Amino acid sequence: MSTPTTPPASPVNRVGLTRADYDGAKTTLCPGCGHNAITGGIIQAAYESGLEPHRVAKLSGIGCSSKTPAYFLGHSHGFNSVHGRMPSIATGVHVANKDLLLIGVSGDGDTASIGIGQFVHLVRRNVPVVYIIENNGVYGLTKGQFSATADVGSTQKSGKANWLQPIDLCTLAIELGCGFVARSFSGDQKQLRPLLKAAFAHRGTAVIDVISPCVTFADHEGSSKSYAAMKQSDNPLHDIDYVPYFEDLLVDYEPGTTREVRMPDGSHIYLKKLHHDFDPTNPDAAFAELRVARREQKVLTGLLYIDPQTRSFDEELRLADMPLAHLTQDQLRPGKQVLDEVMRAHREGSVAAAAGGG
Amino acid sequence: MDPETMNPVFNDFSIHIATVNGSGSQTANSVLLRAIFQMGIPVTGKNLFPSNIAGLPTWFTIRVSKDGYIARRRHNDILVVMNPETAAEDVAAMGPGSMIVVNDGIKLPEVPADRFVYRVPMAKLMESITTDVKLRRLVVNMLYLGVLAEQLGIEEKELDAALTAQLGRKPKALALNLAAVHAGMLYAREHFEQSHPFRIARMNSTEGKILIDGNTAAALGAMFAGVSVVSWYPITPSSSLVEALIGFLEQYRRDPVTGKATFAVVQAEDEIAAIGMVLGAGWAGARAMTATSGPGISLMGEFAGYGYYAEIPGVIFDIQRVGPSTGLPTRTAQADLDFVANISHGDTQFPVLLPGTVGECYEFAQAAFDLAERLQMPIFVLSDLDLGMNNWMSEPFEYPRQDLDRGKVLDDEALAKLAKFERYRDVDGDGIPYRTLPGTRDWKGAYFTRGSGHDEAARYTESPEAYVRGLDRLKKKYDTARNLVPMPELIETPGAEVGIIAFGSSHGAVLEARDQLAAAGTATSYLRVRALPFHESVAEFVRKHARVYVVEQNRDGQLSDRVRLEVPERAASVKSVLHYLGLPLDAVSVTEGVLAQEKVTVAEGVTR
Repeated sequence: MSTPTTPPASPVNRVGLTRADYDGAKTTLCPGCGHNAITGGIIQAAYESGLEPHRVAKLSGIGCSSKTPAYFLGHSHGFNSVHGRMPSIATGVHVANKDLLLIGVSGDGDTASIGIGQFVHLVRRNVPVVYIIENNGVYGLTKGQFSATADVGSTQKSGKANWLQPIDLCTLAIELGCGFVARSFSGDQKQLRPLLKAAFAHRGTAVIDVISPCVTFADHEGSSKSYAAMKQSDNPLHDIDYVPYFEDLLVDYEPGTTREVRMPDGSHIYLKKLHHDFDPTNPDAAFAELRVARREQKVLTGLLYIDPQTRSFDEELRLADMPLAHLTQDQLRPGKQVLDEVMRAHREGSVAAAAGGG
Repeated sequence: MDPETMNPVFNDFSIHIATVNGSGSQTANSVLLRAIFQMGIPVTGKNLFPSNIAGLPTWFTIRVSKDGYIARRRHNDILVVMNPETAAEDVAAMGPGSMIVVNDGIKLPEVPADRFVYRVPMAKLMESITTDVKLRRLVVNMLYLGVLAEQLGIEEKELDAALTAQLGRKPKALALNLAAVHAGMLYAREHFEQSHPFRIARMNSTEGKILIDGNTAAALGAMFAGVSVVSWYPITPSSSLVEALIGFLEQYRRDPVTGKATFAVVQAEDEIAAIGMVLGAGWAGARAMTATSGPGISLMGEFAGYGYYAEIPGVIFDIQRVGPSTGLPTRTAQADLDFVANISHGDTQFPVLLPGTVGECYEFAQAAFDLAERLQMPIFVLSDLDLGMNNWMSEPFEYPRQDLDRGKVLDDEALAKLAKFERYRDVDGDGIPYRTLPGTRDWKGAYFTRGSGHDEAARYTESPEAYVRGLDRLKKKYDTARNLVPMPELIETPGAEVGIIAFGSSHGAVLEARDQLAAAGTATSYLRVRALPFHESVAEFVRKHARVYVVEQNRDGQLSDRVRLEVPERAASVKSVLHYLGLPLDAVSVTEGVLAQEKVTVAEGVTR
């Protein structure tokens, strides 16, 4: 089977929207920027998944990547926050309204440097966010300084080479127990789109690290994240198909060639093996493969690790069924008898004294 | 002082208990406080503690005041010596006629004969109470409680009741502690004369009142304000606010049957994340708050500025402690006013609520959530360690009479009636725009929130005109806040030339100082500022008085500078009385500070 395609004659999805309904404002990024391709991927994936724009909140930090939420899903609320702090905004939005699907866009500077603390804790809490890192190894908006994901030996335009070890955000996410970790390439829409759709269906943090070349500051010879270099080093683990629960497709694979992952909503991910078998439910295997690939200067792409059964943050918090933001005064303000009870305790001294230290 | 000629001092003295933190004196101290309170006598308790978990000196001071004065007194009348390390210094600070109860295992330098010293063989008395050495160390504190009760005349039944209220759920511990209290009483009865002047006698001035700390009061206010998202990073002295709040929320806002909660409390990775979560939740429509202190508030600057510019509600409690930097983490101050009022880079102005009593901690917590949603911006509540962590007597709190004010939020029904929606358009002329929440079905309502330049329709722009329009509207909004925040409280003395302005926890000391000043022939009026921005009555007050003393607990006169800016033509008449040693303000410091400057004024012949 292949990615389902809607017949050209009926350009609406299951919620009656056209692809154009998922567009945003015109991009202001450089022509050819990998981020624009990712924006297109998000639009297409949202359209194909039949997301309702009003149920989506787009979040970002600061940087070229973080501008992009303005360029997709123009009918969704968006929150372009401060540098490296999108995870805390996402956490607040999530606990306030757990019914929203959060799409977070960040960059390698935003996530791996200034925001790495918040990224780590977002993953640790398993806040349901589709967390897309548009990773180009440089600070584009401040004109080409190395970021913390730049590979050793990769050069700036001036020829200056990076000698610091890169931070691998996927390895980090797996280590932190993230239930959905993927890596992709902005130039591989065929892989990126099903990954995005699967991430939309995941209940928990879904990290997708997308190598996304910076055409202005990192597309030269010597840059390990240029288009040319990525075409060399991109090493897909599998072909990916995603079949949403609302599509009644029969999938017929040759036995032994394909792994199937069932998402909690009934959707399915199909991973067709390429050069060798890879088990995306085994974190140890993922670590090992990532380490070998790094040594061999290859970029492993695909679904690196998945555990569809993780418990998301709202479940752990045992939040009321109705989003907290929708609760009314009757639900939020206890009755007078509660105040009376507390006042009585403070009159009679039946509460522990606040005097600390003694 | 000669005991023969001495008059007894009823219900008007301070008891200073010197112990080691982690030694279990907390229960004894709060039982003492409670027992006196239950005898109808106004009382406050202040804890002076180190930034440490166990083993360092700590002091608990109980002020007993028949006149209802609640501030710290500079000098103490009764000392309990339980800490050998500080014993010499503690005793040296006691004046003639004072009373000293000492564990006789502690060696004291020679004490002048005009102090009343009662040596209690505590180790020996404990031998008959329990054989458990560890328990002895904890329960020994009950001995001084018994001795004080006997020597001062605290009724045994009130001690027993207070102890039962604290330990009633642990019958074994209760029995043991009661035995120690009674052993202390008995020992004092058999061995000591009551030659000191201090006496406790039943009054009727605490009927119906409560004893509570400001942090618990603020937590209670937040719960009744309907807070639903709390994010915090533990830091003294604000932690107890959130911990009290967690206790209330778990008890009263979690469904006992389903176990589901109408709140989320998130312990964040740092204060930046804490305020970030507050803004995320506020943006999405929840009532969200954080509480912090000292370095924590410094970390919140960037996000606070975002909240100001992008116009997102949130409530931030700053329980002030001594800075700068780590400073004295367990000491009190009012030195964050300037920082918080304009926190963040760029042009920013924030409403700051300034509770001066535990009752106001409760009320302003509620007001803060209404103001945050009404004004669509972060609202700061500036309390301090003294107000937040110490026990204050108060009238019981009133159940809120007003409905929650959720501010200008357009839902689908409202949007349906509009041709278009613009997030930052000043439709009503008060500087406050309308907002929508994510999840709103109507596509008209969708907008993009950003901390970068934006126009009325929330579109990105670097247009100088749009920028100025936005900033000017935010200024207008701040002016609107002027009449929404709590008004100053004014106590006028007709004809008084001297005015006093203060805020926050200085209140108790100022009230007492005014009586002292009046007794010294200086009549004063008193204006207590309860919020920024200033209400116009602050300027009126300054104009009405020849000399105005601004009393505050910081070095630089942060409030007095603001007062001078409010009435520049009268700036010279505004003077400062400053207190910044980290200890709660006392009345004598205020009185002396005013009188010292009054003399200068009079000598120079300046009358206005």
